[in-house]
Amino acid sequence: MHFFKLITRNTLRHKLRTALTVLGLVIAFLSFGLLQTIVDAWYHGAEAAAPNRLITRNAVSLTIPLPKHYREKVRAVQGVKTVAAANWFAGVYKDPKNFFPQFAVEAVPYFSMYPEYRLAEDEFRDFLRDRKGAVVGRKLAQTFGFKVGDVVPLKGTIFPGNWDFVVRAIYDAGEEKTDTSLLFFHWDYLNETMKQRFPLRANQTGIFIVEVNDVDRAAAISEDIDKQFKNSTAETLTETEQAFQIGFVKQTEAIVIAIRLVSFVVIFIILAVMANTMAMTARERLGEYATLKALGFGPGYVAALIFGESLAIAAVGCVIGIALTFPIGEWFAGEMGTLFPVFEVSTETVALQAACALAVGLIAAALPARRAAGVRIVEGLRSIG
Amino acid sequence: MSSDTSRSAPRPPIIEIRNLSKSYRRGAQIVPVLSDITLDILSGDFVALMGPSGSGKSTLLNLIAGIDKPDGGSLRVAGADIAAMSEADLADWRAEHVGFIFQFYNLMPVLTAFENVELPLMLTRLTARERKDHVETALEMVGLADRMDHYPSELSGGQQQRVAIARAVITDPTILVADEPTGDLDRVSAEDILNLMDRLNSELGKTIVMVTHDPNAARYARSLRHLEKGVLTEG
Repeated sequence: MHFFKLITRNTLRHKLRTALTVLGLVIAFLSFGLLQTIVDAWYHGAEAAAPNRLITRNAVSLTIPLPKHYREKVRAVQGVKTVAAANWFAGVYKDPKNFFPQFAVEAVPYFSMYPEYRLAEDEFRDFLRDRKGAVVGRKLAQTFGFKVGDVVPLKGTIFPGNWDFVVRAIYDAGEEKTDTSLLFFHWDYLNETMKQRFPLRANQTGIFIVEVNDVDRAAAISEDIDKQFKNSTAETLTETEQAFQIGFVKQTEAIVIAIRLVSFVVIFIILAVMANTMAMTARERLGEYATLKALGFGPGYVAALIFGESLAIAAVGCVIGIALTFPIGEWFAGEMGTLFPVFEVSTETVALQAACALAVGLIAAALPARRAAGVRIVEGLRSIG
Repeated sequence: MSSDTSRSAPRPPIIEIRNLSKSYRRGAQIVPVLSDITLDILSGDFVALMGPSGSGKSTLLNLIAGIDKPDGGSLRVAGADIAAMSEADLADWRAEHVGFIFQFYNLMPVLTAFENVELPLMLTRLTARERKDHVETALEMVGLADRMDHYPSELSGGQQQRVAIARAVITDPTILVADEPTGDLDRVSAEDILNLMDRLNSELGKTIVMVTHDPNAARYARSLRHLEKGVLTEG
């Protein structure tokens, strides 16, 4: 019982020092949590991918389109259930800072492949009837205040000109990881408009989304699709939706690595601060530790006192840091608008924060505890007086 | 009081020191501190070790208390050859046989008087109820029953030393070792502490080995040993 009393009271002995150390820990674990959540958000697309969906794109580059007529050949490959053409649109809504992803899709096959986009049947019917109609996600609608019937004007970048879309449906997330910050409109509308404005760019698509019957045959089906277009003017590369998304993220991997690195640097810095605090603490109490040893308490007891104090401080900092990660993460996500479609502090992040706190608490105490446990009693007693 | 005398009837020695030597290393230099010390201290005795600074009296006390190890010779305390013991065995041995009274009291500042006195009992198998009874008795004995919940910083030097004495006797150790127990106290408080130690010796039969510079403090001892440059001399 005295063990815990000693730890608690020793922890509160230098209130200012402990408070400043805890403050440092809170900031460190909060920053760590937010940075890890940013990394998670970066990989969100890959995590939300379904194993039964493949992406077929131009083998040379994603920026080079594929002929639309490939669709039928892809559809004919054994094991393919559904195919939908899709184009990244990259329009600007009022101001470039209002970024959100927009896709031109073949609506019926596309939405049949994405059951996680929950749409009201009547709204979806309205969308199908309106060639300028659009489907927007709930988060996007909330961010910009879009309602059914609203016109969303976009300024084209890849597809020049002004484009007006009418919101006909708002979809909700069917799963936790479903991105609801997207806008979809009809691929046919894009193609028809391109026929009029830039005929040479008509009848082309960025990618095909392919649904397969058998997930276990996804690799074989991918090969079969690509074989169809071998030695053609536009060879294809087919991969799983997840591989496609990871490939996308890999283009910005340096940033992700930098963020990860910074998050661990923050932990390393607070580890150094904490180790310094514990070293000072243990040095000041060397006489007390020597007295305890003289009374018959073993070196393990002395070391445990230091580890206990270090872990207690790290735990308090960590708990407050984790508790603050949620509201501040929410605020941060709000400030970022639709940049991060899903910005949620995951259980893994919380576990990582706790693991880092444990590591900081243990490592910071290791050397001071070793020194205090090993100090000769007569030397320790000399430090008193 | 006279040198090398005892008022008690013949008793077995509780501390047997034979040809004890101890030196310290200072850089490349070996500095001898104790040379060829041979000494018996009888059970129930109250011995004062006197000598100038650097004479080795605190080192001898540390060796007797089992918090330092000799370089040579033999040292038996309470029937155990403590020079041959491992650190872990020594820790257990100290908890059972030695009560410490330090010059600067060495109380845990974050524990109350009660908790400080209770501390050595945490190494025993006593129940919380039994520990409470023991601590209350010890604090009553040193006249601090009304200061149980006070922290050391709320007590005077004399009171802190009395708490330290209560802590020293709480496990009923075989010997009490006191290193300059009155060195940090005013004259009145010092008298109180010495009277208390005298009572522990005469009424409870505690064997006490005390290091002191102070001839007034030494007067309370039953026997007196002088150390000069690491050698026992005739007082």
